Amino acid sequence: MATGESEVSEPTTTPPPGEPIARRTLFQRLFLGATVLIGLAAATVLIIPFVLYLAGPMRKRNAPWISLGPLNKFPKGETRLATFDNPLGTPWDGMTANTGVYVRNVGKDEKGNENFLVFSINCAHLGCPVSWFPQSGLFMCPCHGGVYYENGERASGPPPRGLYHCEWQVNGGNLEVQAPHYPTLQNTLRG
Amino acid sequence: MTWPIKILQWFDARLKVRESIWPMATHPIPKSAAGPMGWWYIFGSASMTLLMVQIVTGIALALVYVPAADKAYGSLLYLNYEQPLGWFMRALHYYAGSGMMVMVFLHMTQVFLHGSYKYPRELTWVIGVFLLLCTLGMFFTGQVLRWDPDAYWGIAVGGSMAGRVPIIGPQVVDLVLGGAIIGGDTLSRFFTLHVFVIPGALLSLLSVHLWLVLKRGISAAPKPGEKVDPATYDEAYEKEVHKDGVPFLGEAFIKDAFMSALVVVVVVVIAAIVGPKGPSGPPDPTLSGANPRPEWPFLWLFGLLSLSPPAAETFLMLVFPVLLVGVLLLVPFVSNRGERSPSRRPVAVLSVIVLATLFAVLTYQGATSPWSPKMEAWSGDPIPVRIVKDSTPLQMQGSLVFQNKNCRNCHALDGIGGTRGPDLTTIGSRLNSGQLIDQVSNGTPGGGNMPAYGKQVSAFEMAALVEFLVSLRPEGQPPAGFSAKP
Repeated sequence: MATGESEVSEPTTTPPPGEPIARRTLFQRLFLGATVLIGLAAATVLIIPFVLYLAGPMRKRNAPWISLGPLNKFPKGETRLATFDNPLGTPWDGMTANTGVYVRNVGKDEKGNENFLVFSINCAHLGCPVSWFPQSGLFMCPCHGGVYYENGERASGPPPRGLYHCEWQVNGGNLEVQAPHYPTLQNTLRG
Repeated sequence: MTWPIKILQWFDARLKVRESIWPMATHPIPKSAAGPMGWWYIFGSASMTLLMVQIVTGIALALVYVPAADKAYGSLLYLNYEQPLGWFMRALHYYAGSGMMVMVFLHMTQVFLHGSYKYPRELTWVIGVFLLLCTLGMFFTGQVLRWDPDAYWGIAVGGSMAGRVPIIGPQVVDLVLGGAIIGGDTLSRFFTLHVFVIPGALLSLLSVHLWLVLKRGISAAPKPGEKVDPATYDEAYEKEVHKDGVPFLGEAFIKDAFMSALVVVVVVVIAAIVGPKGPSGPPDPTLSGANPRPEWPFLWLFGLLSLSPPAAETFLMLVFPVLLVGVLLLVPFVSNRGERSPSRRPVAVLSVIVLATLFAVLTYQGATSPWSPKMEAWSGDPIPVRIVKDSTPLQMQGSLVFQNKNCRNCHALDGIGGTRGPDLTTIGSRLNSGQLIDQVSNGTPGGGNMPAYGKQVSAFEMAALVEFLVSLRPEGQPPAGFSAKP
């Protein structure tokens, strides 16, 4: 204690301080140090939960499977728009939770299983909703004219890739799709 | 002493208005800024007045508007049709906001042309740039609160742009949307930005902006040949202000007040006549026919993005706006001395002319967006009767193929139809049947603007289509010949 006391009182340039004043200076500085420490602690305990709260939207969610209905709703060689309420949002999403996917029945594979292509409605360019034109067998985007073939491959226009594919499965005679998040170039709906 | 004066003195003894606010209101300004040249100085205060209108109408709207994804659209309809004068509050909030944007642009242009950003007002300009960003931010977030298809798909486009950020793109998208999909979380965060975060920043920055105007004084009207030199400027300005200066609360204030009142009257009249903007429809993303457009201050960027090659897109979306803001911030540091008069600064004048022209042209392009296919043209815009009047049966069949295969979505006939591809009214005089088959089958080489229709049309359809296209020529003009090239 004695050495610490002389150390902290050294910087004062005023005439040699009396014992009570040196003690007072020491306590003042200790108190200042304590204030800085508790201030840092206060900032930390405030900031950490705040940052974690704000980062909430980045958490991983389990995407549930959603039934699009019986397989016979999707005739072979045709593309149909299937809509459902996306459970990935909030209970107060209202009609914004309405989600559309294009389902194309591409027929049975060699094992006799039905095969489908399920596309997100969002254009791979900037996310606008593509429309299906059965007459020409093309998807067209109203924003910048991206065009895709019936198998989802890019046909023309600015999209850097084909349509986003959704994960699908057949479960008990129903076609199911994994609830799609909003797809973007680095966060597609596969894997 | 009469009692009203006593009451006033009682308050002033506590509020100290006479020694704080009053000197601010009457602070001396250069005489030239109050004279006829003072009419150039009216845009800043007009922006601020419209900001006050925005705050008042914003609070009024928040009394009724419900910032929840399932109720927002309904509450907008309620405002439009049920709430007394709800339609007017919505209209005024939109047009006063637009007016504020216009005033901010004019204010900025005036400050730039008069070199008012030069020493010692660099920081005032820098804060002003951030105030511009806040105003733009209010415009963008405000459009989202209009929770209609434009809002929904505007967020979608914004999310897709954010998704292109290298490496952390997916995380940025999550933060923008507030969740995995566009929905309740998205609306809530844009409401928070529009009502708490950006207004807070805007008002804080505005007080610093005004503080700087008071502390460093308003610039005198520029005179050709009167150069700014940081070494002598302060002394000369002090002298000018204290010798010949006039109080702000005088001619200058009256001009400001006149302009502020005028813009308020103008936006109120426009709001009352035109009425509220939207909502354009329910925010149901499965409804087809969405054709999202950004609000007018962003149409130029929309146009620029659409007209640029795909390779430049990510740069234009993510880097270019940042560079633009960087350039604006650097203006007072690149040129903070020398001439202020526009007559001696041709580069400054030329920059304003070029930028204003670019803004106007790109905004027009963005508003008309000729690059967007017309999604209903194939069924909604019939082939002009003139064209099929004397057609052979095969040509007639070809015209049906032309409609059915959605060619009209991008190709106009007689100017009616999509404009993404060329108008094909006279295509028969430019391309022969072989070239047409090649073009239709393969589209634009390398997947450019036209998709390859090779697999989308049968041989019969192709024969009829080409027969029809070859017949599309001005009267008396022969079909296109065969190319001399092998």
